[in-house]
Amino acid sequence: MSDLFKINIDGKEIEVPKSYTLMQACEEAGAEIPRFCYHERLSVAGNCRMCLVEWEGAPKPIASCAQNVGDMRPNRDGSAPNIRTKGPYVEKARNGVMEFLLINHPLDCPICDQGGECDLQDQAVAYGRAGSRYEENKRAVEDKNMGPLVKTIMTRCIQCTRCVRFVAEVGGVEEIGMISRGESAEITTYLEKNLTSELSGNVIDLCPVGALTSKPYAFNARPWELRKTSSIDVMDAMGASIRVDAKGDGVMRIMPEVHEDINEEWLSDKSRFVWDGLARQRLDKPYVRVDGRLKPATWAEAFAAVNTALSKPAERIGVVAGDLIEVEQAKAALDLFRSLGVQNTDCRPAGAKYGTDGVREHYILNPTLAGVEEADALLLVGVNPRVEAAVWNARIRKTWLWADLKVALVGEAADLTYDYTHLGNSADALAKAETAEFLKGAKRPMIVLGEGALLHEEGDAVLAAAIKLANETGAIADDWAGFGVLHNAAGRVGALDVGFVPVEGGRATADILGGGMETIVLLGADEVDLSKTSAATVIYVGSHGDAGASRADIILPAATYTEMAATFVNTEGRVQVTSKAVQPKGEAREGWAIFRALSDVMGKTLPYDTVDALREGLRENEVFAGIGYAPGAAGAEALKAVPEAAGSLSSAPFKPVIGDFYLTNPIARASKTMAECSALATALDTPVAAE
Amino acid sequence: MLQDKDRIFTNLYGLHSPELDAAKKRGAWHLTKEILDQGPDWICDQIKASGLRGRGGAGFPTGLKWTFMPKELRDRPHYLVVNADESEPGTCKDREIMRHDPHLLIEGCMIASRAMRAHKCYVYLRGEYINERHALEKAVKEAYEAKLIGQNNVNGWDFDLYVHHGAGAYICGEETALLESLEGKKGQPRLKPPFPANAGLYGCPTTVNNVESIAVAGTILRRGAEWFAGFGRPNNTGTKLFCISGHVNKPCNVEEEMSITFRELIDTHCGGIRGGWDNLKAVIPGGSSVPMVPAEQIMDAYMDFDTLRDLKSGLGTAAVIVMDKDTDLIKAIARLAYFYKHESCGQCTPCREGTGWMWRVMERMAKGEAEHDEIDTLLDVTKQVEGHTICALGDAAAWPIQGLIRHFRPEIEDRINQYRLPRAMVQGAVVAAE
Amino acid sequence: MALRRFDLEAGGDTFAFKPETEEKIAFWRGKYPADKQRSAVIPMLWLAQKDNNGWLSEPAMREVADRLEMPYIRVYEVATFYTMFRLQPVGKFHVQLCGTTPCQLRGAEKLKEVCQKEIGDIMYVTDDGRLSWEEVECLGACVNAPMVQINDDYYEDLTPESLSQILGKLKNGVEVQPGPQIDRVNSAPEGGATTLTDPSLFDGSKNSISTLPNLPSATPAEAEAAGKPDAAPPTNTKREEPTAGKTTLIDGKKKDGEE
Repeated sequence: MSDLFKINIDGKEIEVPKSYTLMQACEEAGAEIPRFCYHERLSVAGNCRMCLVEWEGAPKPIASCAQNVGDMRPNRDGSAPNIRTKGPYVEKARNGVMEFLLINHPLDCPICDQGGECDLQDQAVAYGRAGSRYEENKRAVEDKNMGPLVKTIMTRCIQCTRCVRFVAEVGGVEEIGMISRGESAEITTYLEKNLTSELSGNVIDLCPVGALTSKPYAFNARPWELRKTSSIDVMDAMGASIRVDAKGDGVMRIMPEVHEDINEEWLSDKSRFVWDGLARQRLDKPYVRVDGRLKPATWAEAFAAVNTALSKPAERIGVVAGDLIEVEQAKAALDLFRSLGVQNTDCRPAGAKYGTDGVREHYILNPTLAGVEEADALLLVGVNPRVEAAVWNARIRKTWLWADLKVALVGEAADLTYDYTHLGNSADALAKAETAEFLKGAKRPMIVLGEGALLHEEGDAVLAAAIKLANETGAIADDWAGFGVLHNAAGRVGALDVGFVPVEGGRATADILGGGMETIVLLGADEVDLSKTSAATVIYVGSHGDAGASRADIILPAATYTEMAATFVNTEGRVQVTSKAVQPKGEAREGWAIFRALSDVMGKTLPYDTVDALREGLRENEVFAGIGYAPGAAGAEALKAVPEAAGSLSSAPFKPVIGDFYLTNPIARASKTMAECSALATALDTPVAAE
Repeated sequence: MLQDKDRIFTNLYGLHSPELDAAKKRGAWHLTKEILDQGPDWICDQIKASGLRGRGGAGFPTGLKWTFMPKELRDRPHYLVVNADESEPGTCKDREIMRHDPHLLIEGCMIASRAMRAHKCYVYLRGEYINERHALEKAVKEAYEAKLIGQNNVNGWDFDLYVHHGAGAYICGEETALLESLEGKKGQPRLKPPFPANAGLYGCPTTVNNVESIAVAGTILRRGAEWFAGFGRPNNTGTKLFCISGHVNKPCNVEEEMSITFRELIDTHCGGIRGGWDNLKAVIPGGSSVPMVPAEQIMDAYMDFDTLRDLKSGLGTAAVIVMDKDTDLIKAIARLAYFYKHESCGQCTPCREGTGWMWRVMERMAKGEAEHDEIDTLLDVTKQVEGHTICALGDAAAWPIQGLIRHFRPEIEDRINQYRLPRAMVQGAVVAAE
Repeated sequence: MALRRFDLEAGGDTFAFKPETEEKIAFWRGKYPADKQRSAVIPMLWLAQKDNNGWLSEPAMREVADRLEMPYIRVYEVATFYTMFRLQPVGKFHVQLCGTTPCQLRGAEKLKEVCQKEIGDIMYVTDDGRLSWEEVECLGACVNAPMVQINDDYYEDLTPESLSQILGKLKNGVEVQPGPQIDRVNSAPEGGATTLTDPSLFDGSKNSISTLPNLPSATPAEAEAAGKPDAAPPTNTKREEPTAGKTTLIDGKKKDGEE
């Protein structure tokens, strides 16, 4: 049996796989099929009836989204079935459906935030009739509360149920439904409770009309007023593709772009709604502490103060890079501090044990994010993907739901939106027979360590044990590298790649901040314990007035990810570059430029004048030679060697590394929207915030 | 006229006991084991030969339908689901079977299950049939206690029967909506394919049959396919329960042969048309979903699938709604339009939006408060609903209105004129201004 | 159908099944496979409604959801989809008056006036808490039109007078007899059945045959003959053959068979 099927679409005979829907086949033939309810990443509902096409000989028009090509039959004479996507028959059918969709739609486009990017609007123009024949009163539907992110104007709803299917299938929380029936049917959450999914914002994109819109963005701008810039998200270590929409010097909203290997087309609520934090609590000029109070200063004054602070003995200087550091800043800072002889440099604020053995495969997600779809058994160790990489969690769920992926967890039990075997809560579970047993039957087993597994004293031992387990259970093969680390910070892998770790007996974060330093430089490191730093002069380089800045003696304001073209390496080891969507706030400068200027002041001029020249130097490291590429299975060879590690696996429980999903970094903590989400989630004690 | 000896539902009126002993005396559970022993092919062949067509409305050949089930029982169980969600306005025949002849149904379920290699059967009753449900549950209990059904029963085919019920939704009479409902969801029809015979209840091979189609099986096999095929015209064979309601002198249920003429049916069993035959205006011959037929066309028509199809209507469930000349047809159809609006599941666009639109226009037309050209608009709207929906409820909502306009358009136009008349006399200027 | 919302105030915060209902719950849950317990949601909601004075409160719905381990929204969908779940309080005797065309043709509108007069507006509960009413769609007793359902029972072949009497009796706690309110038995014609009068139907003589007709025979020819029964002349040979033409599936509802 051939897997291909011949089909004649608008007089053009093509061959398509039998797994195609008729809609896909039509698109393959170049025909445009309008649709509302159909979405390629959701189950087929077939309810809008907009995608009707004509199948010659069939008594009724066919909903092309729901018709499998494999279920079709050739004509009686053996010729390919004839499908027409144009012509009076199809046009009449679509015209009728369009009319029905519009009779109870308010047509309030002038005051609708969807205006200008509305499927209903576009398709009404293309397929609708000029006027309405409907003389009766239109239906009005009460608006529903869905929480602080999703605004509802339910009268506009066309009951396509994309949102219902999304939260149930992708989000994994059954919270939206269609209640009542017939023309009274309404989309709602249960008794109008808030959505608890960390992916809830995606329903805004999915909604083909203006029924579900962004609450924070409400009435802020029209789509045609916005400057659209493709970029990379930094709220977690996935590096999702995003589009930053800006008006003037303000970011007005952030939307996902499609990247099949990373975020498909979803975005977590933090990534999507953090944008108000970009304008709040900003460090827009340098500050120097005078008489115990931070006073605004000029860059020259600030640099002079920094110069003084850095003239201390190099072993009494420590540098900690935070979660959001971009590669260029890390590189420039590292070059400068190394030239000063500083060895106390660390980019692991939480103290995870990785990145020091020189093997990159030991700290990246070798199997890749998309690779989970090929896996058939997934062992999560000390990680909660739902809060550490929410969009990837949806991919795990997808694979679990549709492809029978088995999942097991070593770590604190949590609601991950899919079933898993809980093998234990501490490192010693890695050595248990049932853990090996769980992986052994699988063809493509996958072991993923989180930062939480590597924080303990025995972090090295856990890493070694996991790689050993991977080798023993067939997770490492020639074409499959089934071991990896899932990071939770966008800057981490890039900083590790440039070698931002202690060298030659240098101290790690805990030691740097544990007293004994005279000067401490924090590169956007806010999620650290600064309580023992009172004796030191603290220099803070960053964008937001957060914990680090409030402790700092000198503040150098830096640009954020939307304000510069900056390199980030995601958890897979994929090098990506953000784009500049707006100007840096006030006097803030790009991180690398701050250190380039500082190097001048200190007489240690760095050998690059432009960011391009800096990157030229970066590319000497082959990691940075290619952009957008994840090494994946290429890392298998390096993983065949099991590292030696002292110490044994303890029974001390892993601790979650993320306290509050919505407030993991200074930008998020500056966001009112995130604060509201956090407060509601905490009050509800939802799975996302329960830790 | 069908003779008593050829009637299958001999306790239709509940004049005798529905209990097992009495049912056995009336012929139920006789030779059941012998029937089951013949196996699926024989049973299907016999039912096919009898010409039995589904009694739930669509008239699909029952025996053929049974053969669509997989020929072997593999990893997934097979299910028979009996559609007892009798909600089609005008129809009240299955109710009588369940409360008065439940053992014929249970026996039929077992035979049909054998024919499709199913060991489990669910009977889905509409929620309102509470006493009927109790009656059926009682009979099921009797059958279990007598070891007629259940595991290791005397009939030699392991068979469990469960009674399930709905809670007020006409759409659950659509077979896939019924399955959704039985799975504990809203009764929203599924997309087809996959058809239930491939993926039905719980994703397993399933056949959904109407109560009457199932309940006649035992008697057909006992008396022979040719006996059943001997009634009615070819392709329209057998006996059939008719439900005659509306403007006849004595509305009733009755089992008659197929292809009986309308006149004979009414005169023999219903005491004639109220006010005499000259007073007949129109008839909805097959439940509310089929278009009405005007008096002159129906009077001597055969009550069977093909004749009524040729009259652009249908036999449907053989629920005959008779309307005499006092009937306000527009209002009667407007009420049906309301029914479909009320019962639309709301899943797909044309039905959800179209049923409300059609009803509102019909309500105005019933008063005459409409424009003449709106009749054509309404007809066009019915065409936009018909054939564009997931299930057939859209068609069912469209057809009664189409039937009305087809046959009684002048009446609608008169109503519109009448509505304007008094206003014209009082405020002539208004009309002139229009 | 109108908007359906829980009466949250009247529903209070708690609900518990009556102890004697547990047996029924077990009975219903026993009908479905262990991993398909969700199938029991409608019967369980129905039992909850019975235990809650004839209407389904929000806590009652949650109780059912919790027992079946279903998300609340899914049960909420079910509770609002099916119109027999009443989401606001009703009277001790709740009258469901069928208003669909077959009943309308035989005077249902007059019955509505009776309810309006004797009880009040739709879903209004009388001060004594005994009566309430609503109009419902076809209840499937069309040959006994017009009719109403009061709690579990059908009252058929009504006139405004007989309905008024029934309501009066229920109000005053007097027993009423369900079924047809005129001289007929069930769905038999008024005045007595004219068919099914042959006593031999009921005396067991139907069971005189001892073998089935059309059993497979030994030879193929005979088997074929058995498969195709003799073309015994139909009882109605005078009728002409049906016109040729494609057999279309006529009925809109397609309750039965459509492959």
